[in-house]
Amino acid sequence: MNQSGMLTAEDGGEKMMENIALTKPPRGDETDLAKIRLQYAKHAEPVGTIPEPTPPGIAAVLMDKLGERLAFERSGTRLYDALMVKCAADKSCGVPAKELKHLRDEEAMHFALVGAAIQALGGDPTAQTPWADVAGVEGMGLMQVLTDPKTTVAQALHAILVAEMTDNAAWDELVELTGQAGNDDLVGRFAKARDEEQEHLEKVQGWYKQAVQAAGAAGAGRVRATG
Amino acid sequence: MKPTLLENRGVPLEKQKFTWRDLVQKPISKLDDDAYTRVRIILMNGIELEAHRFSHSAARMNGPELQLPLAQVRRIEQHQATMINWLIGADHSPLETTIAYEQVAIDVTAAVAMNEPDDYLAQVYRFGLLEDFDHMYRYSALLDRLEGKDANNILQSYTDILPGRPTLVEHRAPQDDLRRPYDRKKAAPLSKLHALTIMAAEQQTHNFYMNIGPMYADPVARQLYAEIASIEEQHVTQYESIIDPTESWLEKWVLHELGEVYNYHGCMEQESNPRIKAIWERFCDYELGHLRLAIELFEKHERRDVAEILPESLPEPIPFASQREFVRETLAGEVDLRANGTEMVPKSKDSKASIAYREQMNSEGSPSETVSAGYKWAPGSELKLKVA
Repeated sequence: MNQSGMLTAEDGGEKMMENIALTKPPRGDETDLAKIRLQYAKHAEPVGTIPEPTPPGIAAVLMDKLGERLAFERSGTRLYDALMVKCAADKSCGVPAKELKHLRDEEAMHFALVGAAIQALGGDPTAQTPWADVAGVEGMGLMQVLTDPKTTVAQALHAILVAEMTDNAAWDELVELTGQAGNDDLVGRFAKARDEEQEHLEKVQGWYKQAVQAAGAAGAGRVRATG
Repeated sequence: MKPTLLENRGVPLEKQKFTWRDLVQKPISKLDDDAYTRVRIILMNGIELEAHRFSHSAARMNGPELQLPLAQVRRIEQHQATMINWLIGADHSPLETTIAYEQVAIDVTAAVAMNEPDDYLAQVYRFGLLEDFDHMYRYSALLDRLEGKDANNILQSYTDILPGRPTLVEHRAPQDDLRRPYDRKKAAPLSKLHALTIMAAEQQTHNFYMNIGPMYADPVARQLYAEIASIEEQHVTQYESIIDPTESWLEKWVLHELGEVYNYHGCMEQESNPRIKAIWERFCDYELGHLRLAIELFEKHERRDVAEILPESLPEPIPFASQREFVRETLAGEVDLRANGTEMVPKSKDSKASIAYREQMNSEGSPSETVSAGYKWAPGSELKLKVA
């Protein structure tokens, strides 16, 4: 039984409510906290720099963003690896294993595509750029959801959905940036990858909706075995 | 049934075996398990980590006759600690786990303070209790304001979220953190067990905050962990100083093992989750085996009868329950106490050295005051009080 809410507490809930009247807080409000954040923000160093040699103008942004895509597609492949295990553990989940594997392999190919592009532009695909680092921080929660044996296929698909929605927006951005940098060859290859990612998103959305409906039909939430 | 200490030999060391799969079991449910199951897990992890800290210290100060048996027992304790600590699910954010650590510090320390037979030691526990109680309030504010979560989801309404002795006045000069030790020849066995238990819990909390503090991006969270970790260090100083330093290494080892038996037994008796209860039972039997070995070494090397330091039976277990009324009474009566040397004194007699120290530490602002400025806990979030 879920015990996190106050309604499940015997008289504890009423006692907790007394806390509101009993509290004499320090003066101020939550803007005090914001002021400290602001002080630190004003003096913060950046996450890091783009590996040398730094290309000029928009090409520098493109290189940083290519690093982000490289990192995201690599992590995305691992997210799909985890999802495949999750689906294998629930044979009735309705997600076709072959299609899932296809999506996973395309993520890996996009990783390779971006790595080759960085190299062709004179960059170092083994380096971690600032945007790549931040993307890694963003994705930490997604991987936690996907690799936790307790989460359901629907919950895992939701995490993938978050990743795919971000990925779609990011590929649009990358195509645009590549165009601005005047590299038509890459624009074509990246546009193909973007189209594939759009298919990923549609498929994941469909599987996710189906999984949520199935959970509803089976009764809300899984009944937890003792222990 | 309570183990009859000197008769029950427990599981011999050579039969205390693990596998990696065995160490990594299903975690508890953050949502469905009782909050005191999590409290027991955190406490027992602390007990095992203290066993490690003691065992390594002993190994560094003694020869091979103790180094090998210490290493043998320590290897098992390593795996006991792992199995226990890994029971905390990954859906707990470090800050949610922090809330649970403070619940341990409040409800276990309160239970100890209520049952402690020595008046001075009871006062020491009440003194520390009100400080951890304040940490709960500050961390709850951080949880609400940083992660947008309600600390009471973790506490399950067992433990209040109110200001205690303000964290900013808890900073003391080192000489005001030392207390008078119990006398090993006169102290009740329960007093010794209490002291070891609370010291274990506090050293674990200190280490936990030191490890997770830098995991936060938010500078306010980093500052708050820095501040409260400093108090936990003071608490470890306080609680280790109440233990008689003239106990020999082997006497301390026997008492550590006794403390582990005592606490596993208490967990076993009160556990609501049958799967976790089985772990407490298994480890209680393991600890009886460790105790037996420590007793043999004590009798062999010190040529003393262990009956002079062991009780005939285990004292009543530390209760795992809400201590709300006791904490509120203590808060009302003792929140303004301060420490001057080894004594608790009224605020008017506060130590000049501590005042000077805390003025220095707080001279560029107080993280605990900043994070909780205007904060009142409300079910769901303080936002409910503001938006409604």
